[in-house]
Amino acid sequence: MIKTIVLASALLGLPLTALADIGVDGARHLLLRTGFGANPAQIAALAPLSREAAVDRILAGVRNQPVTAPPGWANEPFERPGQPGLSEEQKKALQQERNQHAVELRSWWLTEMRDTPSPLTEKMTLFWHNHFVSALDKVRSPQMMYQQNLLLRHYALGDFGQLLHAVARDPAMMRYLDTANNRKEQPNENFAREVMELFTLGEGHYSEQDIREAARAFTGWGLDRDDQFIVRPRLRDTGEKTIFGQRGNFDGDDVIELLLQQPSTAVFVTNKLWRNFVSPTPDAATVNKLAADFRRGHYQLKPLMRAMLLTPQFWRSQGLLVKSPVELTVGTLVTFDLNPPDWRVIAGLNRQLGQDVFAPPNVKGWPGGEAWINSATLLSRKQFLDRVARDAAPARDAYAQADGSLNEMAGREARIRRFVSKGLSSMKLQPDEWAAIYGVKNGADAARLLLAVPPANPLPANASGAKAVAGLLLDPAYQVE
Amino acid sequence: MFQRREFLKAAGAGLMMSVLPNLSWALAPAGYKRLLVLVELKGGNDGLNTAVPYASADYYRLRPGIAIAREQVLQLNGEIGLHPSLAPLMPLWQDRQLALLQGVGYPDPNLSHFRSIEIWDTASASQQFLTEGWLTRLFREQPTPKHFAADGVVLSSQVLGPLDGGARAVVLSNPQDFARQAKLVADQQPGRAGSALEHILKVEGDIRQAAASLAPLPRTAPSEAPTAGPKPNGGFGVAVRTLTDTLARGVDIAVARITLTGFDTHGNQQPVQGRLLTELADGLAQLRAEMTRLGRWDDTLVLSYAEFGRRPRENGNRGTDHGTASVHFALGGRVNGGLYGKTPQLAGVSDGNLPHAIDFRQLYATAIDGWWGKDSHDVLGGRFAPLPLLRA
Repeated sequence: MIKTIVLASALLGLPLTALADIGVDGARHLLLRTGFGANPAQIAALAPLSREAAVDRILAGVRNQPVTAPPGWANEPFERPGQPGLSEEQKKALQQERNQHAVELRSWWLTEMRDTPSPLTEKMTLFWHNHFVSALDKVRSPQMMYQQNLLLRHYALGDFGQLLHAVARDPAMMRYLDTANNRKEQPNENFAREVMELFTLGEGHYSEQDIREAARAFTGWGLDRDDQFIVRPRLRDTGEKTIFGQRGNFDGDDVIELLLQQPSTAVFVTNKLWRNFVSPTPDAATVNKLAADFRRGHYQLKPLMRAMLLTPQFWRSQGLLVKSPVELTVGTLVTFDLNPPDWRVIAGLNRQLGQDVFAPPNVKGWPGGEAWINSATLLSRKQFLDRVARDAAPARDAYAQADGSLNEMAGREARIRRFVSKGLSSMKLQPDEWAAIYGVKNGADAARLLLAVPPANPLPANASGAKAVAGLLLDPAYQVE
Repeated sequence: MFQRREFLKAAGAGLMMSVLPNLSWALAPAGYKRLLVLVELKGGNDGLNTAVPYASADYYRLRPGIAIAREQVLQLNGEIGLHPSLAPLMPLWQDRQLALLQGVGYPDPNLSHFRSIEIWDTASASQQFLTEGWLTRLFREQPTPKHFAADGVVLSSQVLGPLDGGARAVVLSNPQDFARQAKLVADQQPGRAGSALEHILKVEGDIRQAAASLAPLPRTAPSEAPTAGPKPNGGFGVAVRTLTDTLARGVDIAVARITLTGFDTHGNQQPVQGRLLTELADGLAQLRAEMTRLGRWDDTLVLSYAEFGRRPRENGNRGTDHGTASVHFALGGRVNGGLYGKTPQLAGVSDGNLPHAIDFRQLYATAIDGWWGKDSHDVLGGRFAPLPLLRA
């Protein structure tokens, strides 16, 4: 059999690795990078596939709509931030309602991240949320943030050019970066600056003059009484502008086309994707090639992601990324089949860890990488994991048998009994059940399923799978992927 | 002129410098025992509406919608006055412990929030790219004593800024929580590691050391609560309280950095900036009161900073766009109060930006050479003249 494969690969000129299966390590790696966490069942499904087959299976399942039902208010008309003539009491009630909506909005998205059959969609939506940043505190309308979230998801793996045009006209973005009030004579430069620095070209590829002229081109774009996009011709600066050395009576869409024509746009976006999905140190030659194909292929994101996930660098990058707070919290829930009793707890924890969705710190978004970890956030991360794993103390190793293996049947039955009696609401990890159900026989098995790199603290000798879990969760290696 | 008087007065203090050129006055022996508090005004505070050139017709010409009315300005001299929200700072001004540093900036300014704050945090030139914070470089070359809990603490922010890239920095939200949680950090040998894991192991090491010093003190009676006075309003006041509570335990650190966010006022600037400056002034007054109570105000130097100031001319939304040089604060028990730098010259300005009069690296040199008695040359990549801001 093996001989046949080697022969076939020699005949077809394929590298042998293209035919080899990715195994447990490869499957865990691919799942963590293209989603949140990895359940042993998900790992088992991908492990026998080749790299190409595994990546293609993930891309084939990509959705562009959420499966989780939105909060009831989500499709109501946008809330107006400043209604005149309200009493103090009415103002207070309105504020409370808005806060409640913000909570429900976060719970909705976090639920979707956990439950989606297409984790890559949510990972990309989160990526775009951190690229085309808007934040609730300035936008002030949860409906607008919800609509923007749908927009980002719709184009998450689609056409970057269309996404850019749509984002520029998105009400939340127009409010966040002040496009909504940009008028001739006194342009507001906020959007013009950030679209170049952070959304497309990156620093160093434009001049202050380009920003001033682009700000003029975006004049006249606004929001109507219903907070929908509108062009107001009387506020438009129709004079000639010079941007990137080209002259014309450009409007906002023209500026976006000019931005898409600049080669640095494709390089900038590809680099950022690389830093999010592969490693903090992009390989310039590979990125430039991917970016050139991306631009030639009219900014289609799915082929770009496919090519990036199939680079050899991707498959060598285990442990090079720090888990973001959402990857840590939602990922842990997915990995251990946990359901939080109240998503507000997870949302609050994410905020404490520095990643409050719908509230990035500023227009550049979360810096990520090593910045996720400082003395305060590392302690909060460990406290969360400690709470999740508290039941993973050795005494809970109730299903171990004399030879060190686990009585799987007993573990499975115990879990079913608990589900029936308490509902699917437990946040407490039952490591013995988890180990029993998935056949995690020893500490080394558990480490391969849970860690991207070997543990920093050596495993105790002869630890059962269940016994090893608590220690592995608190190991520094659990913080990286 | 006021400025000249200040200069002559400062020159008196400078005499000692000419006698002992490199010993940086009599301050040197205290070294890192002296505390530096950096206050980050995140988003780029509008300097012209902070130290208001209220005598200038050009100021009112450039800002028809958002200028501070002459009668509201807290006048400091015939030209300059403070924003009315800064009233809590007036006692400091009258006691000559508050200096206003006008026109702080750097050559070839960058107007991106992110690049510009990187320039400030790393103390680089505009076109120079450095990866370490300026304090990280300082503490590596001229370390703080080993028994210090940390080189510095960071409050109200997750970003380490000038302490980024390797300084022993602890992010502090609540000392009690910190000590309790720190028990989860096991002892282990930092060994082989990829970069991400190595960073995590280093932070675990910092936590272990800081936790030993930050452990809650046994309290014999509730009346011995570390900080007296009413509960502060707003995040800035809470951060000040956390800092003074921590110092009250006798914890040794060289630096604290507190961030106040929200100064990116492209629209509807007046109420936003007014609220922020109130929070700032209340918090600084509270800091002075607490440090005085702890007997450490004379060993405290507070410096504010921000990525940039804002455009002299207002935009169409009663706000201001990104600009360049801005006014900053220095205060403390040994600060030589008054005006430094240069009052903005607004005549002839239409859409332009303000030139700088003080390079921000001069402030860093003042802190390193003058305040701590260390040598700033290598840290700042050259010699920057300290300002005569400090009294012995």
